[in-house]
Amino acid sequence: MSTADYSQSDKGQDKRARRWHILVFLLPAVIVYTAIMILPLAETLRLSLFNVVDGQSVFVGFGNFQTLFGEPRWSDSFWNALRNNFVFFVIHMLVQNPIGVALAALLSVPKLRFGAFYRTALFLPTLLSFVIVGFIWKLILSPIWGVSPYLMDLVGLKSMFSPWLGKPSSALITVSLISVWQNIGIPTMLIYASMLSIPEEVLEAAECDGITGWSQFWKIKLPLILPSIGIISILTFVGNFNAFDLIYTVQGALAGPDGSTDILGTLLYRTFFGFQLQIGDKSMGATIATVMFLIILTGVCIYLFAIQRRMRRYQF
Amino acid sequence: MAKARTSPLRSSLVHAALIIYTVIALFPVFLTVINSFKDRASIFRNPLGLPNETSFSLIGYETVLKQGDFTLYFQNSLIVTSVSIFFVLLFGAMAAFALSEYRFRGNSLMGLYLALGIMIPIRLGTVAILQGMVATGLVNTLTALILVYTAQGLPLAVFILTEFMRTVSDDLKNAGRIDGLSEYSIFFRLVLPLVRPAMATVAVFTMIPIWNDLWFPLILAPSDATKTVTLGSQVFIGQFVTNWNAVLAALTLAILPVLALYFLFSRQLIRGITSGAVK
Repeated sequence: MSTADYSQSDKGQDKRARRWHILVFLLPAVIVYTAIMILPLAETLRLSLFNVVDGQSVFVGFGNFQTLFGEPRWSDSFWNALRNNFVFFVIHMLVQNPIGVALAALLSVPKLRFGAFYRTALFLPTLLSFVIVGFIWKLILSPIWGVSPYLMDLVGLKSMFSPWLGKPSSALITVSLISVWQNIGIPTMLIYASMLSIPEEVLEAAECDGITGWSQFWKIKLPLILPSIGIISILTFVGNFNAFDLIYTVQGALAGPDGSTDILGTLLYRTFFGFQLQIGDKSMGATIATVMFLIILTGVCIYLFAIQRRMRRYQF
Repeated sequence: MAKARTSPLRSSLVHAALIIYTVIALFPVFLTVINSFKDRASIFRNPLGLPNETSFSLIGYETVLKQGDFTLYFQNSLIVTSVSIFFVLLFGAMAAFALSEYRFRGNSLMGLYLALGIMIPIRLGTVAILQGMVATGLVNTLTALILVYTAQGLPLAVFILTEFMRTVSDDLKNAGRIDGLSEYSIFFRLVLPLVRPAMATVAVFTMIPIWNDLWFPLILAPSDATKTVTLGSQVFIGQFVTNWNAVLAALTLAILPVLALYFLFSRQLIRGITSGAVK
């Protein structure tokens, strides 16, 4: 750099000086994120293609996946967990999100009194840890304590009580509903936010045309909050296919009774970490994690490419 | 028009529905707390009654405080959560500043790269994370948890803070530059104080999943010295399944810090969500 092209070199120096700042600002986050999140994720995907034979790591291609999908010892519990996970997700979509939308619609009624109180109360369960939620409901549903039969007796339904968590036929539904109880605050708040952002003029225009109340909700508000419904659906999807804590707390690592509440998260835990007589298997653990990764990735891609693009049209 | 929206019948129906759901949301917590202050006989005889002179008892709390290392677990959770939040905020804000302030090649690509982690859960990398922690000797240390939670919190923090930093006025920053402030002082002295509300929102969003997480403490730091409150109560309650007083007291003790924090931050949190910070 000679003094002849002073202005240019100054500019270049300026740029380079700025680049150092950028690097310093970016590096800590990028290093931690890459080292603890991206590389392990990539390594997990890689490990799923290897298995240990005679104490040595050997490349087996998609062998682990074939084992997982086809070999009865693995595939029975895998397909069981996958099926349960879908049921778990479907219950959330059918119960949690509609109730969430309904609560948000009620909260967004103009000039609602005690609105802050309701919002605070509705969001409280979402903040409690899975451990607390799991044990509280375990106690409440326990036939030993007898709170549930007692309460059902008050409305004359005592005969319908049964130890739901202990029966293979009802355990999964019960656990899903506990999870719905806990997580309902998230869709409620997100939908509430998007209802608040609907411009007042649109609602006034609707009222001038005689569209109020119920039909206003269906014809005006619901189409306008569709993008948020898309967001809560994908959040539910990712959350459900990654769930573990609640089932571990309520039903233990074996996800009983008889594996009826086993989902991919608990299967991953048992497979990779080992439980009781089962020895931890790193390769198969990585394989299950990879399957979960692909399921979640598929869901996110469907959301990004199909749903969000179509829904954009409704936005302002 | 206004009448049509606020007819008394409709508004009382709205309140009825909301009250019913509020009861559903709060009742289990209420039931746990009141029964933790009762003796064993009253817990079973009259689960819905408030504790009175005859039924009041602190036996559960005595058992819990005698047996469990709850103060240690609590301290562990506090250290892990606060240090992780500190690094998430510091590193997240720095990266967000770089992304929002400077134009450089690969800017949007970097933003996308850092945003990947919002949708892909860090849990899926657990197999390799554990392997890495074993290799570096970090298993059963709080450092392992802090590292994982920092990485877990960064994507959302960078995403939210980038949006907020775009709104900080350029004139202010350029005035600082003319006055000879370095880029670092501009960031720490001008920009950071201005995005404090957004930082608080990010802090609350980061805190909840860290405090409540069971997965990583269970896998990376299950030793007695490094148990967090969440894992500690899980193990503790599991041991005392038949001692109802102790279980209810332990649950109440685990709920209280969350309740206290929630009442401190609930306005911030709900405003953060409803202002669209997570959209």
